[in-house]
Amino acid sequence: AKTKENLFKRISRAVAGKTKVDDDVLDDLEESLISADVGVETTLRIIERIQKRAKEEKYLNTSELNNILKSEILSMLAENTAPESKDPVQATKPYVIMVVGVNGVGKTTTIGKLAYMFKNQGKKVLLGAADTFRAAAVDQLTIWAERVDVPIVKQQMGADPASVAFDTLKSAVSNDIDVVIIDTAGRLHNKVNLMNELSKIRRVMQKLLPDAPHEVLLVLDGSTGQNAFMQAKEFTSATDVTAMALTKLDGTAKGGVVLGISDQFKIPVKYIGVGEKMTDLKIFDRTEFVESLFRNV
Amino acid sequence: MFENLTDRLERSFKILKGEGKITEINVAETVKDIRKALIEADVNYKVAKSFTDDIKRKALGMNVLTAVKPGQLMVKLVHDELAALMGGKAEDIDLSGNPSVILIAGLQGSGKTTFSAKLANYLKSKKGKHPMLVAGDVYRPAAIEQLKVLGEQINVPVFTIPDSKDPVSIAKDAIKEAKKNGQDVVIIDTAGRLAIDEEMMKEVESIKKAVSPNEILFVVDSMTGQDAVNTAKEFNDRLDFNGVVLTKLDGDTRGGAALSIRAVVDKPIKFVSTGEKMETLDVFHPDRMADRILGMGDIVSLVEKA
Ligand SMILES: Nc1nc2c(ncn2[C@@H]2O[C@H](COP(=O)(O)OP(=O)(O)OP(=O)(O)O)[C@@H](O)[C@H]2O)c(=O)[nH]1
Ligand SMILES: Nc1nc2c(ncn2[C@@H]2O[C@H](COP(=O)(O)OP(=O)(O)OP(=O)(O)O)[C@@H](O)[C@H]2O)c(=O)[nH]1
Ligand SMILES: [Mg+2]
Ligand SMILES: [Mg+2]
Repeated sequence: AKTKENLFKRISRAVAGKTKVDDDVLDDLEESLISADVGVETTLRIIERIQKRAKEEKYLNTSELNNILKSEILSMLAENTAPESKDPVQATKPYVIMVVGVNGVGKTTTIGKLAYMFKNQGKKVLLGAADTFRAAAVDQLTIWAERVDVPIVKQQMGADPASVAFDTLKSAVSNDIDVVIIDTAGRLHNKVNLMNELSKIRRVMQKLLPDAPHEVLLVLDGSTGQNAFMQAKEFTSATDVTAMALTKLDGTAKGGVVLGISDQFKIPVKYIGVGEKMTDLKIFDRTEFVESLFRNV
Repeated sequence: MFENLTDRLERSFKILKGEGKITEINVAETVKDIRKALIEADVNYKVAKSFTDDIKRKALGMNVLTAVKPGQLMVKLVHDELAALMGGKAEDIDLSGNPSVILIAGLQGSGKTTFSAKLANYLKSKKGKHPMLVAGDVYRPAAIEQLKVLGEQINVPVFTIPDSKDPVSIAKDAIKEAKKNGQDVVIIDTAGRLAIDEEMMKEVESIKKAVSPNEILFVVDSMTGQDAVNTAKEFNDRLDFNGVVLTKLDGDTRGGAALSIRAVVDKPIKFVSTGEKMETLDVFHPDRMADRILGMGDIVSLVEKA
């Protein structure tokens, strides 16, 4: 059986001093990337780049090779394009975040965690319960609002989600709120009506605040396979997704599909979810993520 | 990027064209393409490898069939093998208990609560049963409320113990209550849990021990990627479940997880869930699933006509 040795080490050992990366090693690399849901195309692209650089930059030593592999993968992860110097949430008030994604990925939970994070930064947070469809969705968000101790705007089940979003923004403006987070119902990206509804929510919010939403956060389940590509594509075309959150990374799934997505759509991953508690949200760390792809292969 | 297997094999048909029989070399080429397509459909890497190794062996053994066009033969072979692997004898769920107890388990957000209610609805409307739903998720915010709302929609009673944090005693009490009221099926919804969460896995084992279910169903999101095998294997090791439920098949996922799970735990897929509404529950069709994984709508029927 294969050892549980770190892949970086294995690769380094096998290629040290060579100008050609040997096939066994590439097979190993292929297997670990694919097992992390990176996907065939992206994996082949990474392997090609490694081969090319190994050929160009002769006399590779171990650490150089590690660095090449890491830097090639890192370069695929889009960086947050927001000006780093200024906190966008400080600059715009209220800063409106609309959270979207397919069913059950962790949108509502992520909102609870974000509310907790912003609140701890001393910001005034308001939640908008625009999932008026799923059974007890409003109750679920209400419990999160109570847990974190932030206000929530809601209507009855079945109400027009765009109208809930509008109400929430209105309340935010009159109550001096810093951050508004709008929950939306889970929807599969191949359902045209439901995708149009998202565009409508957006349009209606813009009647009050022309540049809202300032952030559209697409939540992806870390255990999702290649279908996440389709999700990113359709949600992006319906709502101009600006950032991604990758959830459930406390499990054994690696979430490698975001590599190709981030690269292709130039959308940064901003947050990761690592549990069900309000403290289980982390800011996405590209380097750590790349390392984690090869852990325990 | 999303080139499907049909396109791929059409390309391979070209490679094969003119060759009267399948040779080792062009089989190897085609098999590689098929493997890639399976992996892109989220079939587990190792499962795809051993599946295509088998295909290769079988294809080479079919040398005799030189009359049939080899490319088409390959497509049909792959499709039929896929369907056979995922199919087998269709097994109904066991409703022989009094009451019959059905335990539902799976990862977070996979669709357990929705499926529990759909199953109750199905048993009630199609099988003339008198089901009861049990709210055994004491953790997720508003999980109990969610099941109650669904129960109301389908007019099925929902058993809860409002402030209890103990799903084992909730399940036990529910069965007593069902007996008392003449309910003949008890469906126990449980909290989502990760396979590596030792405490939570122990909890669901204790529920099983306490109620000896007739049927344990593992609910899995059909969009799941490579990790499906780890999760399914772990849940099966712990629970020895009877069947699998594939959810969210109303999306456009290829659903390779279906093949991976079947290959790894060898338990039948009993239901597929295709929407958020209560009626969107279907029995599993291995043939359709094979088509779906291969992303090839009508190609097989075309081949069969040829
Ligand atoms: N282990 C783990 N579970 C999570 C994480 N994020 C969310 N969950 C769980 O996943 C399940 C679904 O989460 P929700 O927040 O309800 O997902 P949603 O996207 O709002 O779902 P819908 O509104 O029904 O589409 C819940 O059981 C959450 O507790 C995470 O990072 N790790
Ligand atoms: N489109 C679609 N949505 C589904 C299907 N099954 C469930 N859902 C949705 O998926 C989300 C999660 O479903 P739940 O039934 O709450 O999942 P769960 O496994 O009980 O979640 P936890 O209890 O948090 O672990 C909800 O938005 C459901 O409406 C399906 O077959 N198709
Ligand atoms: Mg939600
Ligand atoms: Mg549930």
